[in-house]
This record gives sequence, C-alpha cells and structure tokens, in this order.
Amino acid sequence: MSLQGEIGTFVSAVLQYFDTAVQQAAVVGTPYLALGKPPEVFDYTGMIRVSGKRKGVVYFTAPKGMLSVMLMRMQETDMSDANLRDLVGEVANTLSGNARKDFGRNFIISTPSVVTGSSSTIGYSPDTRPIVVPIDWRTYHANLVVCLN
Amino acid sequence: MNAVRPHRLMIVDDSNIMRRKIERSQEIPNVEIVGTAGNGREALELHASSRPTLVTMDLTMPEMDGIECVEQLVDRDPDIRILVISALADKATAIEALEKGASGFLCKPFTERQLNDALVKLIES
Repeated sequence: MSLQGEIGTFVSAVLQYFDTAVQQAAVVGTPYLALGKPPEVFDYTGMIRVSGKRKGVVYFTAPKGMLSVMLMRMQETDMSDANLRDLVGEVANTLSGNARKDFGRNFIISTPSVVTGSSSTIGYSPDTRPIVVPIDWRTYHANLVVCLN
Repeated sequence: MNAVRPHRLMIVDDSNIMRRKIERSQEIPNVEIVGTAGNGREALELHASSRPTLVTMDLTMPEMDGIECVEQLVDRDPDIRILVISALADKATAIEALEKGASGFLCKPFTERQLNDALVKLIES
C-alpha cells in the first residue's frame, strides 16, 4: 500500500468516528508537510506508535472546546479531564483498529496513549516528515498528523 | 402470570465514556444493567457477585485484556453470552474472540442502533 493509501486509512478512521460516534460529519482540509517546525499540538492528543514495515507515530490532536462539544453531541454531561482524555483516546483507538485491519501484519500498532497540554512535544524520528491533515468540525479545528518513515 | 426474568448485563470497558454510552444506549426491554467494570480483573470480581447473563466486553484494557477475560468468564459460566465491542476490527481479532467463547463482535465506533441490534442478536442467539 502506498503512503497515500496509508494516510487514507487514518483519515477514514477519524471521519468514521465523527460520522458514527459524534453523528456529525467532519471535513478534511488540504494536507500539508510540516517543514521547518513541528506540527501544532492542541490541548489533548491521542496517538499510536507504528513499527514494522514503517516506523513512526500517528496522532489526532484537538482543542478542549472541540472535544467538549463532541462529548455533548454524544449525550455525555461530564466534561472532566478524564472524559476528554477518554474521548481522544477512543479516536486513537479507532486509528489503531483501522490500521490493523487495513495494514495487516506488516505493521505493528501500539495501544493508544494520550498526552495533554498544547505545549506537549510529540517525539518522532528526525528522518520523517510529518504530514498534517486538518480536520474541521463545526467552528473547531483539529489535526491528524501522520509521521511515518 | 409469570414474570420474565430479566437478562443481566455487565459492561466492561476501560473508557468511562464508552461505559456510559452503552448504559445510556441500551433500550432493549428486559435487560437490567448489573454493573460496570474497567478491566478484565474487575469484571471477574463483578461476575462473582452479580452473576450477569450478558456481557459487553472491550478488548484492549489494562491489567487483564478482554480476550483473557472472555476465556475465564466462559470457563466459569458456559451459558454466558458475550458481545465483544472493540476498535480492533481485523478478522484475526474477531476470530480469536469468538474462538475463546464470545458470541458476537461489534466494531467501535458504533451507533446506538447498531448496539441495540447486536444485543438483540445476542439475546436471541
């Protein structure tokens, strides 16, 4: 599978999450290479690490406001930090599930992890070029970042 | 008139929002939620005290994962019906869960309708 196809798998996972769990579609912006500086990290980030045929990290990072409204759409009334972490972790879980389904055994996918804080640093190999896929939903903006060698 | 004994549902997922979503979603008559657990070990403890007849089971959880928990629950109660609910949507994972004794598999994310349909199938199986 080409890198483009692999990115499609991750984009589909995020869109599927919005369609199915949030019941309101998100819109994908124009992907770009993050050159010169690391991609922007928002308040909550759910990520998976990939090894095997390719190595690197894939993450969905979103602001607190966006995740809070997503929870409201899901009829959740508790907007605690724990639930916001849970939500972004579930999105990462979907990334992991789709990757396992589409990529098979050539890829080893880690269990999802969550980091919080917009000043967080996501570690990735310097020989990779992160591809940022903007995800727009309502008035909010999040990023899906695919950083695989 | 004989009262129908309700199905006793235990929800197992390490995500609080998923547990609450399943609690809110299930609108099937005659299903009573007897408890929720955040991992396989908690589920086994809860099983001992609440004797569920139906289980929704996540797979990727800390302490004890869902596959191991399915195996142990079926070992304790061969009649228990377990719906695995997981984002791990590959065939190998689904087959492994079914081989260990799960009765059904639902991929995350899911809609309320999909969950209810899967639970109805589980009850009728």
